[in-house]
Amino acid sequence: MFAYIVRRLVLMLMTLFGISVIIFVLLRIVPGNIVDILFAAAGYVDPADKANLERELGLDQSIVVQYLRWIGGLLHGDLGYSFVSEKPALDEILPRIPITARLAGLALMFSASIGIPLGVLSAVKQGTRLDYALRVVSLSGLSLPSFWLGLLILMASVAMFGTMPLFNPNPKTWTEALAIYCIPAMAVGFRSAALTMRITRSSMLEILRQDYIRTARAKGASEPTVNFQHALKNAILPVITVIGIEAAFLIGGLIVTETVFNIPGVARFLVEAIRWRDYPIVQNLVMLIAVIVVFANFTVDMLYAALDPRIRYSD
Amino acid sequence: MDAINYDAELRRAGASATQGWRKFAFLAKRHVLGTVGLCFMLMFVLAAIFADLICRFDPLSVDSAHALAHPDARHWMGTDSFGRDVWSRIIHGARISLAVGIGSTALGSSIGVIVGLTSGYLSGWVDLVFQRVTDILQALPLLVLALIMTAALGPSLPNVIIAIAIPLIPTVARVIRANTLALRELPFVEAAKSIGMSETRIALRHVLPNTLAPLIVLATAQLGSTILTEASLSFLGLGIPEPYPSWGRMLSESAAEYVRTAPWLVIFPGIAISLAVFGTNLFGDALRDILDPRQRG
Repeated sequence: MFAYIVRRLVLMLMTLFGISVIIFVLLRIVPGNIVDILFAAAGYVDPADKANLERELGLDQSIVVQYLRWIGGLLHGDLGYSFVSEKPALDEILPRIPITARLAGLALMFSASIGIPLGVLSAVKQGTRLDYALRVVSLSGLSLPSFWLGLLILMASVAMFGTMPLFNPNPKTWTEALAIYCIPAMAVGFRSAALTMRITRSSMLEILRQDYIRTARAKGASEPTVNFQHALKNAILPVITVIGIEAAFLIGGLIVTETVFNIPGVARFLVEAIRWRDYPIVQNLVMLIAVIVVFANFTVDMLYAALDPRIRYSD
Repeated sequence: MDAINYDAELRRAGASATQGWRKFAFLAKRHVLGTVGLCFMLMFVLAAIFADLICRFDPLSVDSAHALAHPDARHWMGTDSFGRDVWSRIIHGARISLAVGIGSTALGSSIGVIVGLTSGYLSGWVDLVFQRVTDILQALPLLVLALIMTAALGPSLPNVIIAIAIPLIPTVARVIRANTLALRELPFVEAAKSIGMSETRIALRHVLPNTLAPLIVLATAQLGSTILTEASLSFLGLGIPEPYPSWGRMLSESAAEYVRTAPWLVIFPGIAISLAVFGTNLFGDALRDILDPRQRG
């Protein structure tokens, strides 16, 4: 087990190193850096000014030197400076994290609390109209773009209350906080709720066919006992994997949803930084996402071993 | 006890539906949702092909006199802030969504097949390198990787196709590799080897055709997510550039302004995206049940 964990950690470091190289190179082959954008916006180009600014931002050096500088700084906790705001990248990124984390947490809670019960229901009632309806709903959850769902929610709120929920970092009332975080979280979480439901359903169906379920029924256990205590307990394992991996991949939904609801979180910040060619912000944010994904995968695997005694990682 | 009517039972099980049209009709009847999905898909393909015949307006022509017109007999789905006909733009938008969907799925799957087949067949260090590269590509969510790729390549239709295709490669490569590893051990491959067939020929003639079913299932599943990703990229302003009518672009950030004043600009493009993706998802599910019954839920 110990050897396995060490091997996994080494592989994780290799993956993260690979990502850092790929992201760095991809951002540098972009036609036009921030200096070009700024000067294009200003409408004139003085080559001397341009060269000065490029030197100031360190863009005149070779790509290898730029990369080593970034990684060296990263290891010391120095993420460099934002090209746009000229503030330290860390100060720009850190305050935005709690907002996105809150949204992601709520979205996951929403998806688990909706997806798991409905998935069980769909499996228990397999082949009925209810099952069909639930399957269509879950498939629609995977088909609606989350930004459109967000726009529809805004539209409904205009129609019902005459206003849109505007983001306010310090909500005064409890209901305001609810509207600010829960509504976008639902728009993000609908997709993962649908995914959770599909996995729960297929995993439940597989378990319900097994012998020990028949034994439980034969000895007279009630339907809810069989479904929840016997079946769900075993069927939940693949669901945990999906929720764990979805936790990291929620970022895709968060990017568009934060844009629709105008929420100043890290996800929207990434898009803004990409538009502005703000390399220090983009590369650090992408690394942050990669670290989250890699650790989520690792945690899920470890959790799996802890929950299922049949699984033992060796070497 | 009634005697069993064997003919009726056989018919019900589809014994007579062995080929061609009858087999299709049998499967269509058995997988109603999949048939509905196929109809949606056909609808969008037809819209894309006959876009010029269906539309009465040019999707790009600006008509400021009729800007933000409500839906009526002339403009079925209203007009946008430039006075462009929304119905025409949605029908023409089907072309872009289809091009991106089919283009990036085909590109991603073909590269994935090559990588997976080589990786599973050669093993050794080639396999190790490919495995590490897929690890790296899989550590970033589809939209994030596609965002960085489009930013790097610049916004245009071919670049969007490439940007979405690359994140698809690892999943395909993994599936094909696992299948190849399993197939390599089977007796028919051994038989081919023993009669002196070359490794390349075995890989292409014997192993590849046997991995087609899972590949088709995977590709259909990916079709929907590529259409969604293109819509998200264009929504964020980093996908298909103006003035081309991409559904995501029509909903771009400014759409929030029109939630109050021109809801038709928000509703119709969203319905188009959702129906197209819903159709491919329904069809993909049915196809999975038919081609890969072990995964049936």
